Amino acid sequence: MTTAEEHKSNGIGKDLVVYVCLLALAGLQFVIAYQNIDISQMFSRMLAVACVEAGLAALFFMHLWTEKRGFLLFVAIFTISVLLMMQYGWTDSFRMVSGAPFSK
Amino acid sequence: MSQADLTMEVHTTGLTVGPAFSIPTKKLAMWLFIIADTMTFAACLVAYGFLRNGTPDWPRPFHSITNVAIMTFILLTSSLTMLLGLRSARAGDKAGAFRWTMITAAAGIVFALLHIREWMGLINEGMTLFKNPWGTGLFGASFFSITGLHLTHVTGGVIALLVVGVRYKGGRYNADDIEILGLYWHFVDLVWMFVVPLVYLLNLTH
Repeated sequence: MTTAEEHKSNGIGKDLVVYVCLLALAGLQFVIAYQNIDISQMFSRMLAVACVEAGLAALFFMHLWTEKRGFLLFVAIFTISVLLMMQYGWTDSFRMVSGAPFSK
Repeated sequence: MSQADLTMEVHTTGLTVGPAFSIPTKKLAMWLFIIADTMTFAACLVAYGFLRNGTPDWPRPFHSITNVAIMTFILLTSSLTMLLGLRSARAGDKAGAFRWTMITAAAGIVFALLHIREWMGLINEGMTLFKNPWGTGLFGASFFSITGLHLTHVTGGVIALLVVGVRYKGGRYNADDIEILGLYWHFVDLVWMFVVPLVYLLNLTH
């Protein structure tokens, strides 16, 4: 069924490497949780690690990497642009806490 | 216009009829579902982040990460067993594919049970949808909504794994169906990678 047959011929090695990387990145998130840093720094670091994890899972576990490039671009551009558009309201959440700066 | 006319028009204009991106229809449908579901979870997590950021007395009720660490390990490992199931199915090893699919389903069940145990612990501490002993009542609503939505996906995935596994063994489904189900299962795993840091780890008691 897959448009690219690459992943069928590969051994289990690559999957295991990705699995170990995902475990390590998940562990890193737990380490970050116990760092004595500001909550916003913690949030951005954890989110960055989660994005890397999601990218690895989508590209290799879901075999997006071996699909046609056009499809890869369709999924990536469409999904990421909508996700970015959802971020427009953050300044308002800061206004709720801090007041004036973003309310004008 | 008749069917023959339509066919003629397609030929004369040089159009080709086939699945988009040369991907089989069922697989494309699953990908479109996953993209749509990504938006659903993203909307929930963005709304949660907005509330958490804008609420001064946001509770941080989690004392231990042991349970959520075990849950994460189980879900990540279940993605690997799903891949092994697909690999066996592609190799024509029907028994192996069925075994790995059932192991994946079992991991999903263990994950769901651990999740429910955690919910029960929080409920016993006095947390409900609209109030809790630690701070704003919004915490319970957002926590149960996001983790509940994810748990619903896991439960649906487990049912699908059992159905597809049994039908694959019976010869009604093939390796392609295992692959499509695998996409869904990996997606459930992928969402958890965002739920854990945002909902659990940012709310640890230090």
